[in-house]
Amino acid sequence: MDKTNESEKIEFDLILQAIYQKYGYDFRDYAKASIRRRLRYRLTQSNLKTISEMQHKLLNDKEFFDSLLLDLTINVTEMFRDPSFFKTIREVVIPEFKKQPFIKVWHAGCSSGEEIYSTAILLKENGMYESSLIYATDTNEVVLDKAKSGIFPIEKMKDFTVNYRKAGGLASFADYYTAKYDSAIMDNSLKKNIVFSNHNLVTDGVFGEMDMIMCRNVLIYFNRELQDRVFRLFMDSLRPGGFLCLGSKETIRFSSYSDNFENVAEKEKIYRRVGVPLKNLKI
Amino acid sequence: MNNTEITQKSDNNYITKNHKYKVIIIGASTGGLKAIQPILSALPAEFALSVIVVMHRHKDTDSYLERSLDDSSKMHVKQADEKEEIKAGVVYVAPPNYHLLIEDDGTFSMSVEGEVNYARPSIDVVFESAAEVYGEGLVGVILTGANKDGSLGLKKIKEAGGLAIVQTPETSEAADMPRAAMAVARPDYVLPIEKIGPLLRKLESEG
Ligand SMILES: C[S@@+](CC[C@H](N)C(=O)[O-])C[C@H]1O[C@@H](n2cnc3c(N)ncnc32)[C@H](O)[C@@H]1O
Repeated sequence: MDKTNESEKIEFDLILQAIYQKYGYDFRDYAKASIRRRLRYRLTQSNLKTISEMQHKLLNDKEFFDSLLLDLTINVTEMFRDPSFFKTIREVVIPEFKKQPFIKVWHAGCSSGEEIYSTAILLKENGMYESSLIYATDTNEVVLDKAKSGIFPIEKMKDFTVNYRKAGGLASFADYYTAKYDSAIMDNSLKKNIVFSNHNLVTDGVFGEMDMIMCRNVLIYFNRELQDRVFRLFMDSLRPGGFLCLGSKETIRFSSYSDNFENVAEKEKIYRRVGVPLKNLKI
Repeated sequence: MNNTEITQKSDNNYITKNHKYKVIIIGASTGGLKAIQPILSALPAEFALSVIVVMHRHKDTDSYLERSLDDSSKMHVKQADEKEEIKAGVVYVAPPNYHLLIEDDGTFSMSVEGEVNYARPSIDVVFESAAEVYGEGLVGVILTGANKDGSLGLKKIKEAGGLAIVQTPETSEAADMPRAAMAVARPDYVLPIEKIGPLLRKLESEG
């Protein structure tokens, strides 16, 4: 590796350290390749010349930091992303829930909320929405506000409708939102049992006794150690028998907590916490 | 670049440090499958380099691409997994609907960042990220395709000291991608498909 490359890597690390000390957001254990790519992107979009100039700017300009934060937390999402995953939730997980009087679901890293409304629709279509509580969390306030508003660009609804159908949806998808100018406003009946809050998976703690945790396409941004810490957090937040759902390229199989989860649908990355006594857990 | 570390970690003991090149990344789009197959079939099962294939593919595709490539290759072909260590003698295929990146420790990582050049996976994204990690140990190959993806990344590979190979546009099912790559990256070789496999074999023995 040539020297410039090496110095650049050090400078990127220093930026993450600066962000942590100044603003409390901890990206230090994120997978580096994507972080560097995003920092470099912000550098070319700004009129700054060097990474150290960027460091100075972000320490002294909160607005600049806010834009950087949006770059670093990749927020791309869609409704019923990976339709076969949601189809499996509908066919395999929901019937299990039907045996319970009440269920609690946590969407960790919910971004602008498309995934939450997808789950809400599944629960509603199975007559379970009224006895459910959905916790929707993300570390990025901007996307969390979008999720709260439940307003999405109307032009996306075409793709979302296709996904919904592929995920086994039989109703008319357009009944779940009102079209207004270029927006689709999600129905209030889908929103009322959702609790939105800011939660950072690196620095914040446990959410108790969940029946299902969905955390999809968030862990790909973390390094192994951080993934492990977050798996621990999820394990502690799930009741025994509770479901853990990951993104299609994420797995718990290589983590230290693998033994504490059994496969429900390995291809769809749906796992279930086994009810082992605490003393047998690998800690 | 820390090739030594990658070598030590790998359990494939036929990698030795005196291979100049470590990794070959092949980027292709329209007509790509037919172009990649003869290249892979020219490589031996115990090829001393790693091969990464980045094909533009539909987001809901099944494993058809992996299976087709496996059928035409003596090397082991598999879809790249998150955090998987990149080993010699294996062909890794970029999964649909994710960008593929390479970490300093020679493992894969992924991102769902929006499309780049209307593509996810984008060839530029992999090339750029790999150039940073492998430097002069990297070989980038651009094959047939009807867009410009890969040209900027190929330029990065060259700047980092790596080797650039492009399929002759006249022999490509879609010539845009090879043309763009030639215009932007000044490749070391411009070759028809049947000559690319043998060249890669030759590169294997370069120390
Ligand atoms: C690519 S989106 C995934 C959205 C959705 N789950 C999906 O799969 O479509 C990743 C989200 O994770 C959030 N995120 C990143 N780091 C986080 C952290 N440390 N704690 C909580 N959320 C985080 C980002 O803000 C972003 O909204």
